[in-house]
Amino acid sequence: MLRLSCPWCGTRDELEFSFGGEAHIMRPGLDASDAVWSDYLFNKENPKGIHYERWMHSYGCRRWFNVARDTVTHEIHAVYKMGVPKPDLAVTDRD
Amino acid sequence: MRGYSAFELIRNALSGHRLWKPVWRTPEPKKSYDVVIIGAGGHGLATAYYLAKKHRVRNIAVLEKGWLGGGNTGRNTQVIRSNYYWPQSAAFFDHSLKLYERLGHELNFNVMLSQRGVVTLAHSLHELEGIRRWANAIKINDIDSEVLTPYEVKKLMPLIDLDCRFPICGGFIQRRGGISRHDAIAWGYARAASAYGVDIIQQCEVTGFNIQSGQVTGVNTTRGTIGADKICIAVAGHTSDLAKMAGFRVPVTSMSLQAMVSEPIKPCLNTMVLSPIIHVYVSQSDRGELVIGGGADVYNSYAQRGGIPLLQENIAALLELFPAFSRLRLMRQWAGIVDVTPDTSPLMGQTPVQNLYISGGWGTGGYKAIPAGGDTMAYTIANDQPHPLIEDFGLERFKSGALIDEGAASGVSH
Repeated sequence: MLRLSCPWCGTRDELEFSFGGEAHIMRPGLDASDAVWSDYLFNKENPKGIHYERWMHSYGCRRWFNVARDTVTHEIHAVYKMGVPKPDLAVTDRD
Repeated sequence: MRGYSAFELIRNALSGHRLWKPVWRTPEPKKSYDVVIIGAGGHGLATAYYLAKKHRVRNIAVLEKGWLGGGNTGRNTQVIRSNYYWPQSAAFFDHSLKLYERLGHELNFNVMLSQRGVVTLAHSLHELEGIRRWANAIKINDIDSEVLTPYEVKKLMPLIDLDCRFPICGGFIQRRGGISRHDAIAWGYARAASAYGVDIIQQCEVTGFNIQSGQVTGVNTTRGTIGADKICIAVAGHTSDLAKMAGFRVPVTSMSLQAMVSEPIKPCLNTMVLSPIIHVYVSQSDRGELVIGGGADVYNSYAQRGGIPLLQENIAALLELFPAFSRLRLMRQWAGIVDVTPDTSPLMGQTPVQNLYISGGWGTGGYKAIPAGGDTMAYTIANDQPHPLIEDFGLERFKSGALIDEGAASGVSH
């Protein structure tokens, strides 16, 4: 069971949250090529190590926030609000 | 290699079983190979086998960072079926099922194929309508499927409770579907490939690619640099990792998919049954254990264990269907890392790097595809063009938009 700290409600069980996938993805402009558009739409970072991701507190305040979580250990390194840039964590990838 | 036969068994029994030989070689890596396959799971080994057998490539290595068949090939729930909705998937997965049907003979290895039927349940009239449409689509694809009434479901599995929390309105069955022994698939292909001279090199992790002017020329490994004319990536959950080393991105998310087995009991369930809506599937192995699975954890993970909330969900769904199982204890629980694509169909064929091929995106259903995956990838590598059965499963579909969306149709949603 993951325990996530919602920035507004505090620490709760994983069951109260919904996962929103990779964070910090920027939508390309209307003049984007097919290659850029398909990369935006489908390709994922999917790191083995720290993943910057979005979660929503579905059964709480229903607000979105970002989490930096290790995909191997599931350790949570940072929780930060939407719109805040990625925290600079020393280890970014395991291998 | 000496074939397995009743005569061999008697000969070895009479000599006290001292004369059995290792069934595959453990060679040192050579300087270079014609084809290097990364990943000695079912797909990697099958690809090597068909390359050697059908395309007469003799100088092949299969590199494995752990042990042979120790990833998802040894962690899945052994289900084989071809009841897919879209024609491309149906043709591909039925080719696989047909290869499975004669695989024991072909490999001279008992893969313990049991075509006991795969039943998909419907829990509402709307779902039953969806299932009728699905079952018809399967028939149009020339694959067997039969819609079942609740009475027929009960007759197939007397222990089921039709009046559970979401009452069972019917379902459909693919009678040719079933299970086979997953370790035997890995070992059978490894043994047959090794006999053709394929070098299976375990404990050898790939750490990078050598790429010169857009063309791959070899790999760096924990056991030195190995040159190769052609390379195939067949690493399931680590597909993104290897693609990143080669300098391209793939539409893949790695997730934990868990499974579990109960203590062994007497035979009580002789079909494979799955419920897409309450999300559980179960079959009984030849040892008597109930093999239980469900959905993947919702978040990215490379940890080969499953989350407890999902385990509880699977068990709750199972006990709703089969209250009699409530007194059983679980013996083991584990997980594998599956590489799920946006349309839940595989990624097969060429990559942006020349002479580098990919066999991945198998998501939660790669086991049933092993023979066809190996057969078609071997053709693709040998001819440097996709096999007709996998033309539509290439990476380009994410640019062209011609997705093969089996998310809703593949039995269990992801």
